[in-house]
Amino acid sequence: MSLGDPQAAGSMVTGPGEPVGGGMDLGAVRPLRKDVWRRFRRNRMAMIGLVFLVFLVIVAVFAPLIAPYSITQRVPLFREGPSRDHLFGTDIIGRDLFSRVVYGARVSLKIGILASVLSLAIGILLGSTAGFFGGKLDTLIMRITDIFLAIPYIVLAIAIAAIFGKSENTIILVIGLTGWLSITRIVRASFLSLTQQEYVEAAIALGYSRTRIMFRHILPNALQPIIVYGTISVGGVILTEAALSFLGVGPQDPTPAWGLMVAQGKGDLVNASHLLFFPAAAIVLTVLSFVFIGDGLRDALDPKLK
Amino acid sequence: MPTDDRVLLSVRDLHTTFKTDDGDVKAVDGVSFDVHRGEVFAIVGESGSGKSVTSMSILGLLPPDTADIQAEGILWKGENLLEGSAGRLREVRGKEIAMIFQDPLSALNPVHTVGKQIGEMMRIHEGASRKQAKARAIELLKLVGIPQADRRVDMHPHEFSGGMRQRVMIAMAIACNPDLLIADEPTTALDVTVQAQVLEVLLSIKDEIDSAIMLITHDLGVVAGLADRVMVMYAGRAVELGTADEVFYETRHPYTLGLLASLPRLDDSGREKLIPIKGSPPSLLRRPSGCSFHPRCPFARVPGICNETEPPLHLVGGMAHVSACHFAEDMKNVGVAELREEETLA
Repeated sequence: MSLGDPQAAGSMVTGPGEPVGGGMDLGAVRPLRKDVWRRFRRNRMAMIGLVFLVFLVIVAVFAPLIAPYSITQRVPLFREGPSRDHLFGTDIIGRDLFSRVVYGARVSLKIGILASVLSLAIGILLGSTAGFFGGKLDTLIMRITDIFLAIPYIVLAIAIAAIFGKSENTIILVIGLTGWLSITRIVRASFLSLTQQEYVEAAIALGYSRTRIMFRHILPNALQPIIVYGTISVGGVILTEAALSFLGVGPQDPTPAWGLMVAQGKGDLVNASHLLFFPAAAIVLTVLSFVFIGDGLRDALDPKLK
Repeated sequence: MPTDDRVLLSVRDLHTTFKTDDGDVKAVDGVSFDVHRGEVFAIVGESGSGKSVTSMSILGLLPPDTADIQAEGILWKGENLLEGSAGRLREVRGKEIAMIFQDPLSALNPVHTVGKQIGEMMRIHEGASRKQAKARAIELLKLVGIPQADRRVDMHPHEFSGGMRQRVMIAMAIACNPDLLIADEPTTALDVTVQAQVLEVLLSIKDEIDSAIMLITHDLGVVAGLADRVMVMYAGRAVELGTADEVFYETRHPYTLGLLASLPRLDDSGREKLIPIKGSPPSLLRRPSGCSFHPRCPFARVPGICNETEPPLHLVGGMAHVSACHFAEDMKNVGVAELREEETLA
């Protein structure tokens, strides 16, 4: 199968790869995953993002071993700059900033991943239903989406936080319940076109149930944009979490949320810029790595973009 | 002549109408036929004659919001499918009546291995385990003539050629030993050489699992080689129905004759002219008065009975050779050769 083959290019997840060999010698059956990984590896920025992400996950998992202090432990040094004992310095009440940034990785990854999963789940469910069944159900779901789009996001977030209280779990709920709008539209668009495919018609003719066709036959073909959007959205969620924490809607002290640390550090920008710099840098690097990985995945999953 | 308990499918007075902005399109207009166990029943006609719509109506595959299906009955082994629940219909689809689609390139899901797609039939309809399903998938791939089936089973559709993919489609369709295989233009998308192979596979499998085949095609060559009985459709109606020999050699309808005359034959000397049927099929929105075929018919008597009265299907010979032509009797004396001669003179 050549790279220019329209059939291979037309499918979303199937990568053409090298010829698999015709005739009698079939060659090894190569899993698609390998093709995707081969193309992903070639993208330098995506690899940098991936390496940083792996590093971040290790930091989050082994935080207690890496951090020299606990997140609440105080030393009689306030707003001290970086030193050998305190790599990132100390904050206004004498806590080790390095330890708090390290533990912050846990908070950010947890919120980022869980909130993304929540909004992906809602978006996939609503989007696939709208796109597959069409008609009145489609209209209803899309108008609900429009209504949510019209409500200022921050106002909605603050309202939900006001009801459920301010905590990590609330912020996951807030972002998850507000972040499903774009993914709903993406999934719906994919389903609208994929539902017209002949293999869907064939599946109906062969007696498969509608739920089976939706999730086993159409969804795998629509995964590419979902995977890409999902990855990038983890970065987006971390950014949103930082913004909400900055506004005071997010997790509260002493939770080591990076956004909260930035908010606490903003008052002393001149005298103790390290209070803002380190957590902000952590946010930027994390968000960037997710965006780079998402870009890399998009190129790797799409055989048309070589 | 098969006895009545050999009747698998009996379609009685089927009307399928599409509602469009320009009015109602009667895609199928009063078609009746039986399909018997063990036979190959062919439906022949030009594009838009209602062949595919007929088969889609039987399985209830048309969108319910635009297509209106009315019939005295679509009897599947005596059970009226029109009155069946959605769940019952889903059971029949695939398990008892399976469909082979026209375009094997797009009728297979690109993200699943062929083994998974074939095996899925058994898993859904027969509750087979993953392992059983895979073993049976390999067996089926061998049956349809795919070499190295045990390795091919783990490949994706894009790693197969067109003819191979059509064989995979056939393997899927026969997975549950259906009683009826509906093959909608099964070879149109394939090379001529591959066509023959695929048709051969179809026939041998029919005998293997003792099913019937409903073959939908516009290719008279395919029909001649395979079919036991033939129904010729024109503008949503059956115009001639009989055994393949009757329809081909004792043609009693000008349209069928026109189709035959437009095909080259192996015994042609090479000097004969192929005669196309003049004009194009009528719009189903504005059907011609009387016989729908009269504006294109070389034998039509217009003005006269042909554009005034709609000819009913009537017995013209044999046990059940029927034709819808006012002058079916006169057609006895006209064959392809005479038609060509007449055309050359005129």
